[in-house]
Amino acid sequence: MSPVKQERVLKLCYGRLEEVPKRAWAERIRDFAEVSLGLDERWARKEATRCFVCDHPNCVEGCPAEVKIPQFIEHVRKGEFEEALAVIKETNSLPGVCGRVCPQEEQCERNCKLGRKGQPVSILKLERFVADWCRAHGAAEGPRVEIERNGHKVAVVGSGPAGLTCAADLAKLGYEVTVFEALHELGGVLVYGIPEFRLPNIIVEEEVRDIRRLGVEFLTDVIIGKTLTIQDLRELGYEAVFIGTGAGAPILPDIPGINLNGVYSANEFLTRSNLMRAYRFPEFDTPIYVGKRVAVVGGGNVAMDSARTALRLGAEKVYLVYRRSREEMPARIEEVRHAEEEGIEFVLLTNPTRVLGRERVEGLECIRMRLGEPDSSGRRRPIPIEGSEFTMEVDTVIMAIGQDVNPLLQRATEGLAHDRWDRIQVDATGQTTLEGVFAGGDVISGAATVIKAIGDGKRAARSIHAYLQAKHAPVAAQRAEVRG
Amino acid sequence: MGYEILEKRALAPGIKLFRIRAPLVARKVRAGHFVVIRLDERGERIPLTPLEADPQAGTVTLVVQEVGKTTKQLGEMEPGGELMNFVGPLGNPFPVKRYGKVIIVGGGVGVVPAYHVAKELKSLNWVGSIIGARTKELLILEEMFRQISDEVHITTDDGSYGRKGFVTEALDELLARDSADLVVAIGPVPMMKAAVEVTKRHGVKTLVDVNPIMVDATGMCGCCRVEVGGETKFACVDGPTFDGWLVNFDLLTRRLNQYRDQERLALARYEEERRTRS
Repeated sequence: MSPVKQERVLKLCYGRLEEVPKRAWAERIRDFAEVSLGLDERWARKEATRCFVCDHPNCVEGCPAEVKIPQFIEHVRKGEFEEALAVIKETNSLPGVCGRVCPQEEQCERNCKLGRKGQPVSILKLERFVADWCRAHGAAEGPRVEIERNGHKVAVVGSGPAGLTCAADLAKLGYEVTVFEALHELGGVLVYGIPEFRLPNIIVEEEVRDIRRLGVEFLTDVIIGKTLTIQDLRELGYEAVFIGTGAGAPILPDIPGINLNGVYSANEFLTRSNLMRAYRFPEFDTPIYVGKRVAVVGGGNVAMDSARTALRLGAEKVYLVYRRSREEMPARIEEVRHAEEEGIEFVLLTNPTRVLGRERVEGLECIRMRLGEPDSSGRRRPIPIEGSEFTMEVDTVIMAIGQDVNPLLQRATEGLAHDRWDRIQVDATGQTTLEGVFAGGDVISGAATVIKAIGDGKRAARSIHAYLQAKHAPVAAQRAEVRG
Repeated sequence: MGYEILEKRALAPGIKLFRIRAPLVARKVRAGHFVVIRLDERGERIPLTPLEADPQAGTVTLVVQEVGKTTKQLGEMEPGGELMNFVGPLGNPFPVKRYGKVIIVGGGVGVVPAYHVAKELKSLNWVGSIIGARTKELLILEEMFRQISDEVHITTDDGSYGRKGFVTEALDELLARDSADLVVAIGPVPMMKAAVEVTKRHGVKTLVDVNPIMVDATGMCGCCRVEVGGETKFACVDGPTFDGWLVNFDLLTRRLNQYRDQERLALARYEEERRTRS
């Protein structure tokens, strides 16, 4: 280790990034503006100096987007922010998104060697800083590179993180990519699911714009499986297809009262608020209803997003009802903390048994739970405690207990194998049972993370490239022969 | 890039026909399918059922009754204007097959999807149609029904045209005279509910098209939940055609009224804006 490095270790190894600036809870629960404010330039450069720039960086192994973390951090340290972005964008087309929603504590930062003794480098905050700085300074798209087109057309179904990533990676390789989106806006779960206060739409818009600049074409209002089929795509000259349609089908528990007015799936609640901007009703046409007292059921990010959205829509009291204990909550630590700060009351080890009411929700009957032996997920199984039922007085119930895969395309496509949860089956390369048709993201795994979807998108892009190269290799060889 | 209105025609007070350029959708629309439209960047997504589609011309024809803010706003649009979004076809096509003797019952603007179904069933079945409206001037599509039906019966609530009374009363009489193999009832919820009560008495299988509130209409939000035979279904992906005997119409009504206050507010605000503009 060089003396400079040694000094850095001594000074900073046990140092820690102070809490990143965020808006005070009393202020932020009144609007939908972003909560976390990100690092400033001085702070980011200081944090960057903490990176060891390891020769064998474990952090990179923990990053499904394959970001060259030490290299970009080194540029940040030197104040070369545009160069830093160029390094990130080589492999990750969604830095502003990832820098906000990645579960870094389970990815890159978990692998950071500094984390063994102290606080890992705040890789995620640095990634966000780089994206934000470049955006603010009009340099977000990075250096413009002319890409030579190879004349081969690829269709991408769904414009969520998997589809966007796959499209961008293929465009960089010279493919003519068209992304088909069912909804009227691009971004998939990034725009219909994740609220403005956690991921502003402008970030998604601008990162999509940069992908468009790579030559990717986007078509909204097209539902593959309805408006066009996979067969239609082949007839239109697309030589390969990537399916990244996500896990958009809400799971609703089979309990009495589930169809009462005032019971929402988290998907509906968030889609109304985020995609349709119902939080600005009547300025925007789509209405949303949130009563005075709201119960959100679930313990993941979607549950946190729903609870915090309800609060911002004017609910006086928001409960978060979760059947296991705090330790088992699948939500990001930061989201749990933000929710608590904002006054969301956690009702743990509790499960709903009945929604009460005549026309509208008037209450939620719940039962207390205890934790038994670990189940297949490795988490301790919640068991109802008999006779412990009690009623919560609420007028809105939001179910955020998970999403299933949307089966629309699977049902319309013959020969596309899927399991009984409609998850599309793929091989190790991401190829489905239909030749030339690949899939990735939540549609193959069930609801997971944005970063996992990005990783799948990258794998598929690589496999599609290999597939099309192999397919055209004999032709290319022949041509070479003729020329020779 | 919008979806151009090529033709606009008033069919009755507050009921207008729009022929819209949507070539991809036009190629696939069948009876039973619906589409979702959105007028502008602040608009809501609303489901509408096409009257017909012309794949050659690349057009889809919608008939819209002006009831709320969005439909009133659409009603003021003119040929040359564009809808911002137009997506479909959504839902499952109507199960077109040989049933034998089919009676199609259409009430209000429910005659629009009913016509599409009748037209597709015609080549394989004997089709008798019962169409009705509150009063004569609100009755639409009569001529079109005459062209594709073996028999047409008309009712108006006030007796200003055809038989006085509800379509369901005409249905009851028809079935009493001679049974049928299938009844298709499409219209306002109370009409469909009453039609099902009639067909249950006569023991005739009945299909209905439900029309709940939707957002994405691709199975994502679950806003359009209906109860069919005690099970929760999503009208957008499991329907919109269901066995009428099994549909919980009271729940459907309740869920349709979910945003009544907000809808009133939006409409009042829109009309106020219009007044100040003019």
